[in-house]
Amino acid sequence: MPQPLLEVEGLTTLLGDPNRPARAVDGLDLRIQSGETFALLGESGCGKSMTALSLMRLLPPSARITAGAVHFGSSDLLRLTEAQMRQVRGGRMAMIFQEPQTSLNPVLTVGDQIAEAVRIHEGRSRAQVPARVVELLRAVGIPDPEQRVSEYPHQLSGGMKQRIMIAMALAGDPELLIADEPTTALDVTIQAQVLRLLKDLQRDTGMAVLLITHDLGVVAETADRLAVMYAGHIVETATALDFFAHPAHPYSRKLLESLPGAEKRSGRLAVIPGRVPRLDTVFQGCRFADRCDAVMDVCRMHAPRWLQVAEGQGVRCALWDTDVMAGISGKAAAGHSPSVSPPGPADTARSESASAVDQPLLSATGLQVHFPIHRGALRRVVGHVRAVDGLSMALSAGRTLALVGESGCGKTTAGKGILQLIAPTGGSVRYLGHELMGLGNRRMRPFRKDLQIVFQDPFASMNPRMLVGDIIGEGLQALGIEKRRPARMRRVAELLELVGMDPEAASRYPHEFSGGQRQRICIARVLAVEPRIIVCDEPTSALDVSVQAQILNLLKDLQDRLGLAYLFITHDISVVAYLAHEVAVMYLGRVVERGQVDEILDDPRHPYTRALLSAVPVVDPEKRRSVIRLEGDMPSPSHPPQGCHFHPRCRQAFETCRRSYPDELRLSATRSVHCHLAAEV
Amino acid sequence: MTAYILRRVLYAIPILIGVNLITFLLFFVVNSPDDMARMHLGQKRVTTEAIEGWKAEHGYDRPLVYNPAAPGLASLTDTIFFQKSVKLFAFQFGSSDDGRDIGYDISQRMWPSLAIAVPVLILGLAFNISYALFIVFFRATYIDIGSVVLLVGMLSVSSLFYIIGGQFVLSKVFHLVPISGYDQGLDAWKFLILPVIVGVVGGIGSGTRWYRTLFLEEIAKDYVRTARAKGLGERFVLFRHVLRNALIPILTGVVVVLPLLFMGSLITESFFGIPGLGSYTIDAISNQDFAIVRSMVFLGAVLYILGLILTDISYTLVDPRVRLQ
Amino acid sequence: MPLIPVVLWTDALVFVLLALGGAFALYASRHEHLRDPWRRVVRSRVGVATLVVLMAYALVGFLDTVHLRLKQGPQPGVEETRYAPEVLSLLDLALGGLRERQEKTYSAPFATHLYVKEAIDQPDGRVVRDYPRLLHAGAHLQDPQRQRGLDIAWRTLVGLVEGLIAWILLCFGIFWLLARRWGVALSEVRRRVLAGETHVPWRTALGALGVVILLGFVAGELAREYHILGTDKVGEDVFYQTLKSIRTGLLIGTLTTLVMLPAAILLGIAAGYFRGWVDDLIQYLYTTLNSIPGVLLIAAVILMLQVYMSNHADAFESLVERADLRLLFLCLILGVTSWTGLCRLLRGEALKLREIDYVQAAQSLGVGHFTVIARHILPNVMHIVLITLVLDFSGLVLAEAVLSYVNIGVDPTMNSWGNMINSARLELARDPVVWWSLAAAFLFMFTLVLAANLFADVVRDAFDPRLRQAGA
Repeated sequence: MPQPLLEVEGLTTLLGDPNRPARAVDGLDLRIQSGETFALLGESGCGKSMTALSLMRLLPPSARITAGAVHFGSSDLLRLTEAQMRQVRGGRMAMIFQEPQTSLNPVLTVGDQIAEAVRIHEGRSRAQVPARVVELLRAVGIPDPEQRVSEYPHQLSGGMKQRIMIAMALAGDPELLIADEPTTALDVTIQAQVLRLLKDLQRDTGMAVLLITHDLGVVAETADRLAVMYAGHIVETATALDFFAHPAHPYSRKLLESLPGAEKRSGRLAVIPGRVPRLDTVFQGCRFADRCDAVMDVCRMHAPRWLQVAEGQGVRCALWDTDVMAGISGKAAAGHSPSVSPPGPADTARSESASAVDQPLLSATGLQVHFPIHRGALRRVVGHVRAVDGLSMALSAGRTLALVGESGCGKTTAGKGILQLIAPTGGSVRYLGHELMGLGNRRMRPFRKDLQIVFQDPFASMNPRMLVGDIIGEGLQALGIEKRRPARMRRVAELLELVGMDPEAASRYPHEFSGGQRQRICIARVLAVEPRIIVCDEPTSALDVSVQAQILNLLKDLQDRLGLAYLFITHDISVVAYLAHEVAVMYLGRVVERGQVDEILDDPRHPYTRALLSAVPVVDPEKRRSVIRLEGDMPSPSHPPQGCHFHPRCRQAFETCRRSYPDELRLSATRSVHCHLAAEV
Repeated sequence: MTAYILRRVLYAIPILIGVNLITFLLFFVVNSPDDMARMHLGQKRVTTEAIEGWKAEHGYDRPLVYNPAAPGLASLTDTIFFQKSVKLFAFQFGSSDDGRDIGYDISQRMWPSLAIAVPVLILGLAFNISYALFIVFFRATYIDIGSVVLLVGMLSVSSLFYIIGGQFVLSKVFHLVPISGYDQGLDAWKFLILPVIVGVVGGIGSGTRWYRTLFLEEIAKDYVRTARAKGLGERFVLFRHVLRNALIPILTGVVVVLPLLFMGSLITESFFGIPGLGSYTIDAISNQDFAIVRSMVFLGAVLYILGLILTDISYTLVDPRVRLQ
Repeated sequence: MPLIPVVLWTDALVFVLLALGGAFALYASRHEHLRDPWRRVVRSRVGVATLVVLMAYALVGFLDTVHLRLKQGPQPGVEETRYAPEVLSLLDLALGGLRERQEKTYSAPFATHLYVKEAIDQPDGRVVRDYPRLLHAGAHLQDPQRQRGLDIAWRTLVGLVEGLIAWILLCFGIFWLLARRWGVALSEVRRRVLAGETHVPWRTALGALGVVILLGFVAGELAREYHILGTDKVGEDVFYQTLKSIRTGLLIGTLTTLVMLPAAILLGIAAGYFRGWVDDLIQYLYTTLNSIPGVLLIAAVILMLQVYMSNHADAFESLVERADLRLLFLCLILGVTSWTGLCRLLRGEALKLREIDYVQAAQSLGVGHFTVIARHILPNVMHIVLITLVLDFSGLVLAEAVLSYVNIGVDPTMNSWGNMINSARLELARDPVVWWSLAAAFLFMFTLVLAANLFADVVRDAFDPRLRQAGA
């Protein structure tokens, strides 16, 4: 093997209170070759961002590096003086961050901010700087770079800002680019653009990329090699191909198995029980032992050694340790072969296309939610943000309708508009034949019981000042279902058991629970009033993959047992594939295509749906499609384009598209699409 | 943007009407003009004639809001409300209880007020920002901790003691500057040094502490990390990135008080015998001259609202996020 | 009965405040999310030290708040019991000596002679201009020139010993309580406290307590025979005046926020939660009030009050009552000028909270507006209220001094630091300088305000969720 570009040995970074420090990075070893893309994969709280900041020596004041060496080229970065380190930062080693929104200085033009980096690291004369800035902007694919240099960050979209960040990082011609979750804050179509850009730049410049991410799909599509991080250290390294073909560590296997997807529809997702251990835990044995289903006694007692299991693949697990395994009977090793549980009988109800015949439980026609824009001296209404602009959908009992779209397409507003939490400005919402539009607070109350909502952020959706029992019991009390407290608390205990939690949780406060547990509590709160429809507003997007699997399993179980209908709002196609029966794809406030889940996912008709689906990173290399690149960003909902909303970004757009919005075209009993192109064919 | 400013100006009108009504209620309804007359003429045993005479002399002998005796429109205008309150909108302040023209007095007395308030503001701002930057540069060291203790100590001292202490040390002990007084024109400078020093020193505690907090807030932001990741040095990060962003709240905080500088400082001016609007107000209060107090209340409200409008405008000038919307 | 209690308006409000505080403490002790930040406060060294100082002030203030009238001695010809017209407080009774030992005019701290020369009739008939002996201070000394230093040192020592004994007894009591609570031996408690190994920094707390107690005892012992802070123009003891001023300062600092709290909370939350015309109206209200410069509004109101009081002089039974009512009005009007800041803060917070998921969840569960406000909004803005309360305190104490200086503060007959400064400011121009009134006011005010500022910082750090996250 050639001399690695970056070699990290035993890096240890401590955080916070010196008496009881959090060991954010704990004896981490890494090697990155020049020119490769190396992914550092891990769930939130495993220390991967701290690793990146340690390498750059950009740690927050409460953190300090206490041990290890970082060999980068010929020098040990940890031994450089601060002045020498500044030469490295942004020079041979650059970094981009997760939040492009906050990572740029809001009061300096993007040109100034890039020029800064250019001036420090390239010994150019002042006169050459502007030309170089434009060149960099062009390199990261920013249209009209000459104009853009004088713009401020807030004038650019999220994807554009991340390109600016990349341009800044490129200014010093880095040998290594550290990208900390570079696309997590971006939509899939934009994510595809940025990942493509990184790949192209890497090809042109030959730099190495350390990609830090939690997204297995992103890793599979971009990384050459990867390392899996858990609780502050690496548990497995492998080439991407080897890893996805045969992961060695039980944690890696579980991660892969817990990914939702169409092929797992029929069964339950694998889950990793428990939660990521706190970083201030003092470990004795294997850090994963408590959550591992192949755990042995030896795991709890001795920390496993680092083992080379194949060419380029290493793992930190006793299962691979021949010395250890020789001492134990051989059967344990066979017990954890990756397997998906056989299809259960629970699924019989969902594959039939019965919905078309059913009377829908809830339907919306032409729903509009417009927010007025006030301008001028008298605050006259000069226009509207058309957040939802004529949405129609229908939901039947016991079914799941997924409302899919990128951020800003109005899907959350639509969900809240249907529940009358935001007053819609037009259209009709009918529940069991009753019109819900325009009902006041009081007259809406009888329907509140049946229509419920679960929110995205489990941390914001519970009042931190209330006990979990009171939170769950709130609806029972408010709707007068269970007025007496003892009876209510009994019901709360039942509900907690129903969502798989200890009834004892009722007498504790929300902050004592993890994200996944909180989401269970939120689901229990909703179930308390025995609703028939639950609007799930991205309920798993704030959760880690393994925890997401627990919640998805729970939702599926509840549907089977209680016959609930879900309006599932999400941007995550793999979740849709796993959970939904029907899909409606939203773009700029309107549904552009809808139908049964397999119809949409297997044979998308609308060009936007196609682009969206193609942009989703996929783990399985055989299922990968070539990405249909979308130009630009979604237009503002206050000024939707003339004609078809999608035409400015559509490669197949033609004259009619610019003139008129396409009518609904029914392709079959269950599916329809709004596209002139589909009508032509 | 012009529409925006226009809206703010329009919004100011009902507020000024509200202020006007409040002062009217306070000065004429809670206590009748008779009460005022009695107060000025001595407490007991005042004849009704004396009261009527005093009222006539000062123009308080009209009905409050409606004058049935006057013809036509005058039944509304020939009232205390119209003469004493509504006319304030036209900046017709009338005359004080001792017969001087209030409008003229104000126009004369605002210059000494400004001569103190403006240097205090500028020097104070310069010193506080520099000191706060210095502290932030040495953050989490003993310089930082010591400075914070010093600042909290300084802001725990009443402003009265800064004045008394300043006068005692500089004037009485060292005889460097006159204790108090004022002179016309440029000769006034030696009377201004002490009040300006006292004003600046008195503001260090709260000012520097606030700016330090602002800077520390900015320093924790993501874009500062980006700047460091580019390889920028600490000084560059501080001056180019942190200061620029923190200046937005600092500047707008200054703009809001700009118009109020005209009002002067009550305490400083009366202690140092500066014939500004502050001491004018104080004198009016101690002489119980309601006409002046009323005028100053209204003037203060006008200037405050002007400050709010200027703040909005300054936001649109210094913050590109607002400017380019 | 030898006395009858007198409850002034402000006294009543103080009792209400104490009752509310007690009720809140009881409530907070049962709710973890409220107990936790307070625990942070008492675990901070600065927090406990300043708390001790503030409690000392509060104790003096409270003693000065319990008012009563003494029974008059039997008079010939009067059958029924009569009570003295003078309204006294417990503090007045405790400091009876200080109050009654009045001199003729100025005297310096610890002086035995007046500060001004007077014509003195000598026994031989001559008249000499000299500094006469004080009537009370150092009257027990035969030869003040020689004996004074020694006497002061001796009394200081006696005070120190007494204070030390009191402090040790108190420490012992606290150790005993801690030992019972922790279930360990007394010696172990002592070791832990001295080594600073306790969660609550008892070492700091007891140290601060020791300083306060020692100072108190020494001052008490010395004040028996001397005017330790001198006397003012009319010969009143300055130490007595400053102690009496404590109540005024504390009342202004606390009652003002108390009286403005209901309006600020109610209107602020209503504006943010309901938005629309309610919001417009409330915003208009506070912008209008805010636009009147505070000092001028206070001046106008106090002037009007003066006019009213001078025209209705017979409506008040005593000077104390009149001064008290003026204090109450001052608190009210200060409250009117200062509620707007809190109101705006609460409006902003309510605007944010009404969009937060748990409020939306409650709405989707059919919970009514009133319940949403009471259960979800109010508890989640209380930390802001509390932080504002402590942050405002020191500013209000300082404001009192300035307002009284301008004659629009408390009644001139009332003891307050502002009045002390006001009446003493010209004394600096005298030669030789009379500095002790100012120094006394400065010292007591500075200590209180500094302690309050430091304490407020600790409270803010403990309660502000934003700061807590940054620290974690």
